[in-house]
Amino acid sequence: MTDNDILVEVRDLKVHFPIKRGVLFDRTIGQVKAVDGVDLRIPRGQTYGLVGESGCGKSTLGRALLQLTPPTGGEVVFDDVELTTLPPARLRAMRRRMQMIFQDPMSSLDPRQNVESILTEGLQTHGIGGNRDERRAIIGEALDKVGLPRWALSRYPHEFSGGQRQRIGIARAVVLGPELIVADEPVSALDVSIQAQVVNLLDELQESLGLTYLVIAHDLAVVRHISDIVGVMYLGALVEEAPSDRLYTEPLHPYTRALMSAVPVPDPDVEDRRERILLAGDLPSPANPPAGCRFHTRCPWAQPTRCADERPVLRDIGGSRVACHWAERIASGELRPNHAGAGVTRAPDGGEAPEPVSIPAPTAKADSVDG
Amino acid sequence: MALLEVDDLSVTFARRGQRTVHAVDGVSFSVDAGEVVGLVGESGCGKSVTSMAIMGLLPRQHGTRIGGKAVFDGTDLLGLDDRARRDIRGRDVAMIFQDPLSSLNPVIPIGLQVTEVLARHRGMRGDAARKEAAGLLDRVGIPDPDRRLKEYPHQLSGGMRQRALIAMAVACRPRLLIADEPTTALDVTIQAQILELLKELVHDSGTALVMITHDLGVVAGMCDSINVLYAGRVVETARRRPLFREPRHPYTAGLLGSVPRLDSGRGEPLNPIPGSVRDVLSWSEGCAFAPRCSRRVDACLDETPPLVRTHDGRSYRCVDPVPLPGAVPAQAGPADQSGAPSPEPNEEKTRD
Repeated sequence: MTDNDILVEVRDLKVHFPIKRGVLFDRTIGQVKAVDGVDLRIPRGQTYGLVGESGCGKSTLGRALLQLTPPTGGEVVFDDVELTTLPPARLRAMRRRMQMIFQDPMSSLDPRQNVESILTEGLQTHGIGGNRDERRAIIGEALDKVGLPRWALSRYPHEFSGGQRQRIGIARAVVLGPELIVADEPVSALDVSIQAQVVNLLDELQESLGLTYLVIAHDLAVVRHISDIVGVMYLGALVEEAPSDRLYTEPLHPYTRALMSAVPVPDPDVEDRRERILLAGDLPSPANPPAGCRFHTRCPWAQPTRCADERPVLRDIGGSRVACHWAERIASGELRPNHAGAGVTRAPDGGEAPEPVSIPAPTAKADSVDG
Repeated sequence: MALLEVDDLSVTFARRGQRTVHAVDGVSFSVDAGEVVGLVGESGCGKSVTSMAIMGLLPRQHGTRIGGKAVFDGTDLLGLDDRARRDIRGRDVAMIFQDPLSSLNPVIPIGLQVTEVLARHRGMRGDAARKEAAGLLDRVGIPDPDRRLKEYPHQLSGGMRQRALIAMAVACRPRLLIADEPTTALDVTIQAQILELLKELVHDSGTALVMITHDLGVVAGMCDSINVLYAGRVVETARRRPLFREPRHPYTAGLLGSVPRLDSGRGEPLNPIPGSVRDVLSWSEGCAFAPRCSRRVDACLDETPPLVRTHDGRSYRCVDPVPLPGAVPAQAGPADQSGAPSPEPNEEKTRD
């Protein structure tokens, strides 16, 4: 892959929020390291999925990438332009090419603006379309693309269902003809049957408009469905990044394994045979992250050496990038889960010795469905 | 006789100048001791109102009508007066809510909230109650329970709050536990912990559990039998495996087809159900799901589909159910007139 194919490159991105205390004089008493040194590259025309639990910094990363939250350090290169040092006027012009879709369409659409006004605002800001008729034509096209009827123009957000509101949000993003769309939890506020409609719509738009997506979501099944590359975040840093299929068939980082073993699959046969890797406890505070590997406090495979004092860096293992000192030896089964508070549970009828891989092979599943 | 028999439960909300809302429209299901029963459906299908009605938590307002029966171990919960209901609630029947932050009192320490249940139903006071509460927190997996008892809800993490809520619910060893979306507000790894805990509780103490959720994955792993709700009625009831293997009602099949699965390939298009839950027909006019259904026939719009019971204990409310995979496919009937069952997403319409 040549550099030409990379639309967005993020290098060592950091977003730290100061913790202030004091009434008259604010003293900074610490920092929440929401994003702490992330490198990633998003190829043009592809979808990069970012998953992680709440508080892992995935939304902050998305916002920092668009410069909606100023990064504390690092670089964001969008189509060979460095965004973090760009003067505000030029950044504003660049914004046309990178848009965002938000989680909750009700709170991200102004209830007092009708759809036409919502969609026109961006066009006016960027000086697209000479007069009202031209802008109307552009808006009409955008509505067609997202599958909303033309009469929607004069309506207000509250008159639409949740799925339709999310379509308005998507129309607002695509009306400017962007190249990159950052979608922050685009479907998690929607009902199951509507989720699928919106997921399919995002896929279609990518196909027809050649869009590049950064999809941020906590739902691994959704991310797996729409992403080409998936990055897994934990406490402000990427712990694993791999092509979507590879990540799901061969998760290498212990956290990825635990995450995937925790996702319920709507199939009783899979559910009964799965082993859950239960993690002990909760996410540590990002204001005071553990030293060494940030996951070592909850990791079932944590080792006495290195894990607690040496922060692992992302390294290439057969096509994936993994931040774990022991990834190879865990993958080969040489190391066994040992953490006191965590354990691998399995259904009583499960059988043989605990095998850490959580997703049953697809062939086995197909058999059981037939039988 | 089942532990809980809900029979023809209906809840309507009437307001002057507005259309009466049939939130729950004749729901029947039963729960045996030690059984996990799922109520599944999308927002607005009446699953939460069903649980609130059973627990007697719906506001007693003019215009709220509750009909039918919910017989728990011989007593109809709906017919009880307040005092008798308060005796049963929390002792024999307990509930876990979705959002632990809004169902815990923010200005009262966790300990006091747990011991309140113990004092009310088991007459425990002082040190004995505190000790029991600490034991309960320990049982649901809260580390350092003595310290946590003195803390306020905001000092606990989301998973911990849900555990505290579960501790309160199981404090009197209820025989029936109703969990309304107990893990929806939680992260997947915490969700796995909580589900495992609920399974253990059911397994160890033989508590019956009614699991209300929209997540088919959770249902697949937890429930023995499942009721799928749509627009206030149960449209399909089946045991877990048959339901997922051979859904009969088109809505169940549609739900299963629209969920992206972790173990399916990238890029396989999903088959969403067209339209939205707003596009419903009233049950009295026909099948409420008909406007979104890919198997719709004329009869769906004319009369309420009767509940069909099959010999293997399943039931569904559909005149043209999805054929069983092994069965000889029926002649291409009028159901196929609408074409392939993967409609364009732009068919979504609001009804004016």
